[in-house]
Amino acid sequence: MEQLLAVLIDGIIYSAWLFVAAVGLTLIYGVMKIVNVTHGSFYALGAYAAASITGALLAHGMPPYLSYAVLLGSAVLVSVIVAPLIERGILRFMYAKDEVVILLITYALFLILEDVIKLIWGVNPYFIAEPYGLLGSFDIGDLTYPYYNMILVGVAIACGVGLAWMLNHTRTGKLLVAVIHDTEISRAMGINVDRFYLFTFTFGSLLAAIGGAYTAPTVSVVPGLGVEVIVLSFAVVVIGGLGSLPGAALGAVIVGLVRSATIHYLPQAELFVIYLVMAAVLAFRPRGLFSLAEARKI
Amino acid sequence: MRRDLTPRTLALIVAAILAAGPFAPQWTVFLLTVALAKGLVVLGLMILLRCGLVSFGQALYYCIGAYAAGLLGLRYEVSGVFTLMLAGMLASGATAFVLGFLLARYRSIFFGLLSLAISMILYGLLVKTEALGSSDGFNLLPSTLAGFRPADAWVRYMVLAVAVVVAFVAALLVNRYLKTPLGRLAPAIKDNEIRVEYMGASARHAIHVKYVIAAALAGLGGALAATTVGHIDPEMAYWTTSGEFIFITILAGTGNVIAPFLGALIFGIIQSVAFDISPNTWQMVLGSSLLVVIVFLPNGLWSLFSRGKAS
Repeated sequence: MEQLLAVLIDGIIYSAWLFVAAVGLTLIYGVMKIVNVTHGSFYALGAYAAASITGALLAHGMPPYLSYAVLLGSAVLVSVIVAPLIERGILRFMYAKDEVVILLITYALFLILEDVIKLIWGVNPYFIAEPYGLLGSFDIGDLTYPYYNMILVGVAIACGVGLAWMLNHTRTGKLLVAVIHDTEISRAMGINVDRFYLFTFTFGSLLAAIGGAYTAPTVSVVPGLGVEVIVLSFAVVVIGGLGSLPGAALGAVIVGLVRSATIHYLPQAELFVIYLVMAAVLAFRPRGLFSLAEARKI
Repeated sequence: MRRDLTPRTLALIVAAILAAGPFAPQWTVFLLTVALAKGLVVLGLMILLRCGLVSFGQALYYCIGAYAAGLLGLRYEVSGVFTLMLAGMLASGATAFVLGFLLARYRSIFFGLLSLAISMILYGLLVKTEALGSSDGFNLLPSTLAGFRPADAWVRYMVLAVAVVVAFVAALLVNRYLKTPLGRLAPAIKDNEIRVEYMGASARHAIHVKYVIAAALAGLGGALAATTVGHIDPEMAYWTTSGEFIFITILAGTGNVIAPFLGALIFGIIQSVAFDISPNTWQMVLGSSLLVVIVFLPNGLWSLFSRGKAS
């Protein structure tokens, strides 16, 4: 019973992390039809910016409770600088190319960003433990959980609810849905599609950066941080259906629970189970669990 | 009809490498052998790319080939280069034959993502398999050729010689294959699959065959890489390894069977030179060259050679 509870709690925490890390990928795919490998780079950029900025401010005597806001601020700062640079500078000239070719372009950009990160922050690890330790922890039975993990769950819920609200209830969101359904008609109706692409790419990348920023206090921030995130986020959004927001949430919960269950009951299978689920979903529902049938192309 | 100069060019290159090998420094021999191993994998990816399919999981077959060779050595103390390569090829080809029934139904991004998922399954399995050294992998026995074990200084040259001959045969066979009706179907599938079906050909069958060939080549490359490096680990199945192969495929282009090997060699040179000069920016150099090739040479480096000629 206790172990079941542990599986559930670990699963929820891991799902929250996965959702924040992956939801931007599905947003960008939904609007721009780009499978964006640089997503992992933005995750790493967010983590690095958060670790270095928060660390520096704490060293200068900032009250530690402000660090939660600084984590968010660093993620915003880094993605607002880098994402428009990539979208305006490179990606917008490539939209006419094939989906797979654009994926390769983002792969090239990912390779470049990996080294940009090393050039800016060096290769030594960064630690910021304060935000993590500050809140203390709570006990459930024999198990101890840091309160910080609840912040991650809160961030995930805020991102999910905020995105859903934005898409369904704001003018921007409704226009965005129009762009998703038909770019050309939207353009003909006078929607500035280019601006929406820029907005979507920046916002999607920001979500990845937020994921990285709020993970930074729990890990040591080292080069190569984003590499695993890329393929994990792919798994999450593919399970739910590329481009679907509820799909990303469902995918995150499935992967999160499955992983925490295997860690507790069958630790050897930890990694491979995630990709097994991904392959199984692709095998039976290639377009993911939340997807509409696509018209046959001639 | 213009004569195909490819076999003759290939033969000349092979002769040149075999003749120069004994005098070349050890590191160039190593670089060249690894390039040949990767070139074999890329040769397979080229066959798939010709019909518009990009596999983000070709590392699966590279790794299966390597582990098949490694396991033969570990369990049965087999060290003959040809036996190991044959084993790698057969293991990968057989796996692809089974998986092909599933994957041949997928196109574009979904083909890539499913192959990625499958290769990551293998990675996840190997990382947690302690009997095979978990994430550290294990070492292979020193290679032999038909029971003969050369002096240490000559082992590398021997493996290189075997690799060159194997790659030569593989390239010739693929060159022939591309000219068969099944091989010529590739661009048609890429352009318009439904018309291919109206024509009476089965795109799914053609893709299945190509998938198995590509996997067999990757297995061959994996076994060769394993014997050359002398060590294997689960990283060989990780997505970054697949990324590297796709990188070389795009760099090389699909114009000719020589292109994959040339691409792999150029990749190896860029990698080792850039890594030597500046260890923290070599990925940036690679990424930038990939961008430049995609934008300015959409048909790869090979289009520099074939410019002006009719294709």
